[in-house]
Amino acid sequence: MNSHNEMQTTFLSVAENESFARVVIAAFAVQLSPTVSEIADIKTAVSEAVTNAIVHGYEGTRGMVTLRATIQDRSLLTIEVQDSGKGIPDVTKAMEPFYTTHPEQERSGMGFAVMQTFMDDLTVHSTPGSGTTVRMSKRIHSGGGY
Amino acid sequence: MLRSIRDGDKLLVGLDGELDHFCAQSVRRELDSQISDPTIRQLILDFSGLTFMDSSGIGVILGRYRILRERGGTVAVIHMNEHISRIFHMSGMGKVIRQLDSKQEARR
Ligand SMILES: Nc1ncnc2c1ncn2[C@@H]1O[C@H](COP(=O)(O)OP(=O)(O)OP(=O)(O)O)[C@@H](O)[C@H]1O
Ligand SMILES: [Mg+2]
Repeated sequence: MNSHNEMQTTFLSVAENESFARVVIAAFAVQLSPTVSEIADIKTAVSEAVTNAIVHGYEGTRGMVTLRATIQDRSLLTIEVQDSGKGIPDVTKAMEPFYTTHPEQERSGMGFAVMQTFMDDLTVHSTPGSGTTVRMSKRIHSGGGY
Repeated sequence: MLRSIRDGDKLLVGLDGELDHFCAQSVRRELDSQISDPTIRQLILDFSGLTFMDSSGIGVILGRYRILRERGGTVAVIHMNEHISRIFHMSGMGKVIRQLDSKQEARR
């Protein structure tokens, strides 16, 4: 396997693409021979970030979401989910567990906490009015069942 | 359609497939119609057919918990896989929603 690899895909901000994004990231990550549990972690983290882009970034309006992933050192998976939506005014506050701006939609404010728990590293860059980029990484110690 | 079994004031509902934001809307609607009968006091969600859940699922479960709580009822879950169990406990749901094991369920 190559020590370096990259992929990028851009899709419309519709809820159907949440499962599409999960399948894409799982297919890309398979070359690292992750365990079933690592694959579940990665799919869940991507699902959270993509759902946030659709639900909060574009608030149900149509826009494009970009999913990017790179592999370095044959083991480090870095994922970016980017939207050009409304942005986050206070990222530190948004990342607090249980903080949500949409309790009336039965959101629980756990998305960032899930990303943080299931990945090794999470950073969020956001500019109100121009969009949000969520970057997360995870080291996969080959040895999975694939 | 969600599979369900009624037994007195108990309702057991099986969830299948993936519970993400896309599926949440229809699952929520179905569950709400199933629990619309006010004599249902115990909702038991069977997760054995659930292959994926993210934070959107937490919202769906806690939302139904609030409806049942209002009528003095409870929500319990059964057959959670390890991954879903991590999300379940991370969200603090474990404090208000009981996790039944198979034996308890058989006796219910
Ligand atoms: N891409 C985004 N664009 C704009 N705002 C965002 C974005 N992602 C997150 N946010 C803001 O950050 C808050 C916290 O996000 P988080 O995913 O932790 O919780 P949530 O989406 O509200 O609830 P849950 O993920 O549990 O359904 C959101 O309520 C929203 O206000
Ligand atoms: Mg979220």
